[in-house]
Amino acid sequence: MNEKNKSNFPWRTLYRGLAGFCCALVIWEIFARSGLYSKALTPPLWEVLSRLKDMLEDGQIFIHTGSTMLRVLLGLSISFAIAIPIGMAMGTSRNAERTFSPLLSVLMPIPSLAWVPLFVLWFGIGNLATIMVVIYASIFTLTYNTWTGARAINQVWTKSAFVMGANKNQMFWYVMLPGTMPYVISGLRIAFGRAWIAVIGGELLASPDWGLGKIIFDAGEYLETETMLASLVIIGLIGIAIEKFFLRRLEAATIERWGMAQSTTN
Amino acid sequence: MRRFMDILLACIPFAIIFLSWQLLSLYGSFPEKLVPDLGQIAQTFVRLASEGVLWEAAKSTLYRLLLGFIISGFVGVFLGILMGRYKSVEDTLLPLISFVYPIPGIAYAPLFVLWFGLGDVPAILLIAFASTFIVIMNTWKGVKSVKPVWIKSAEIMGAKSTDIFWRIVLPGALPFILSGLRLGLAAAWRILVAVEMLMSVKVGLGWMIFGSQTFLNTDVMLATIALIGLIGVILEKQIFEQIERRTVVRWGMVKG
Repeated sequence: MNEKNKSNFPWRTLYRGLAGFCCALVIWEIFARSGLYSKALTPPLWEVLSRLKDMLEDGQIFIHTGSTMLRVLLGLSISFAIAIPIGMAMGTSRNAERTFSPLLSVLMPIPSLAWVPLFVLWFGIGNLATIMVVIYASIFTLTYNTWTGARAINQVWTKSAFVMGANKNQMFWYVMLPGTMPYVISGLRIAFGRAWIAVIGGELLASPDWGLGKIIFDAGEYLETETMLASLVIIGLIGIAIEKFFLRRLEAATIERWGMAQSTTN
Repeated sequence: MRRFMDILLACIPFAIIFLSWQLLSLYGSFPEKLVPDLGQIAQTFVRLASEGVLWEAAKSTLYRLLLGFIISGFVGVFLGILMGRYKSVEDTLLPLISFVYPIPGIAYAPLFVLWFGLGDVPAILLIAFASTFIVIMNTWKGVKSVKPVWIKSAEIMGAKSTDIFWRIVLPGALPFILSGLRLGLAAAWRILVAVEMLMSVKVGLGWMIFGSQTFLNTDVMLATIALIGLIGVILEKQIFEQIERRTVVRWGMVKG
């Protein structure tokens, strides 16, 4: 079986994928060198790459990336700490559900980035406003998913635990919480996606001292298109890395290992 | 009676928030400009609404959303179907799309300003760009999810390939396409406001919020945010749920 798999390695898929990338890059290069647009606006690949190299060598990019990541991490942790208890409460008690769900349905549809100018007035330019935006962007999805998950728990589980004499505490820690996990984790995934958009948007608008959004914004002011493109590449790579190495692994280590169906909601 | 209790309970959190806001605004040590009291916000809302400023802004924001969304809908569904139907297209485009997909659309905003200037054009293009990828991904998954048995049986019964496409592949993929379009619209809506702030369009809800920041008009900002929330609810609940109920739910493909 293994032998067969090896010989069936999808070379063709790989070649075509590479061809797609190369095509896009060649089109860009032709466009950049054609002079249709000024070179300052569409820099050739070489310049983008050398700028990327400069940025990595200079090392400031790591501080920018670090502060962006720190904001996301902090915001998500705060959201998590608030959303999980509220979501669980909503899923288990009718009263909590009736209290919080109207609030959720009013605040959830407001795009987090609409709040940025207001947060800037309230919390000042910089870190606090950006972190608040990240919290706003992520907290409602997390609450909503936890709530849905707690409601969707298989009745057989709770009933059998009850019959086997589980007390309230055990019921919560050994049945409800693990049962809700698939939804929490898929919620975390969506929340990360939103937080990632919010942090970049927040940094563009709330201009803290450091951050990936800040580099892009500054580069726009100084017409440094190659810096912008290089930062976009970095943002893309970080997004992929987190998705592949963190969120996917988290799912593999929890939901898939426990044999629960992977819930795919985007 | 039960219903009445439900409504009463639903009012409690709002009452608490409104009350604490009011107390904060009236007795807190914050400047009144930054934390206006509720009456003032409501007054501003009514004033802006009756002057027509609010509707004007909402109209141009929705116009941008609609144009951008139409572009992304067409491009996204087209490319998604191509990718789902032809392996060669899928192999070529998928890696490229998977790379661009996780970059937040808003990050391109300054770049689009450099390329297309300020105003409507870059805003619409960016909205279209940012929401296309999720439409592509969902359409692609939808076309892939069409059962080969359906296609094969249609072939055996002598259906032409155009018939197969219009009568089997497209309706079969429709639940995914619709949810892709809904997610695309939501994604577009989520960044549109910020895009307006960064592209300094002439009129728009986002621009109204951003412009009020300079003059510390917190009441205008909050009134605009309230309208934005309202539009968000309408977009989500009314438009898409209606479309889904009329098509995929009615055909029994998805539970309502």
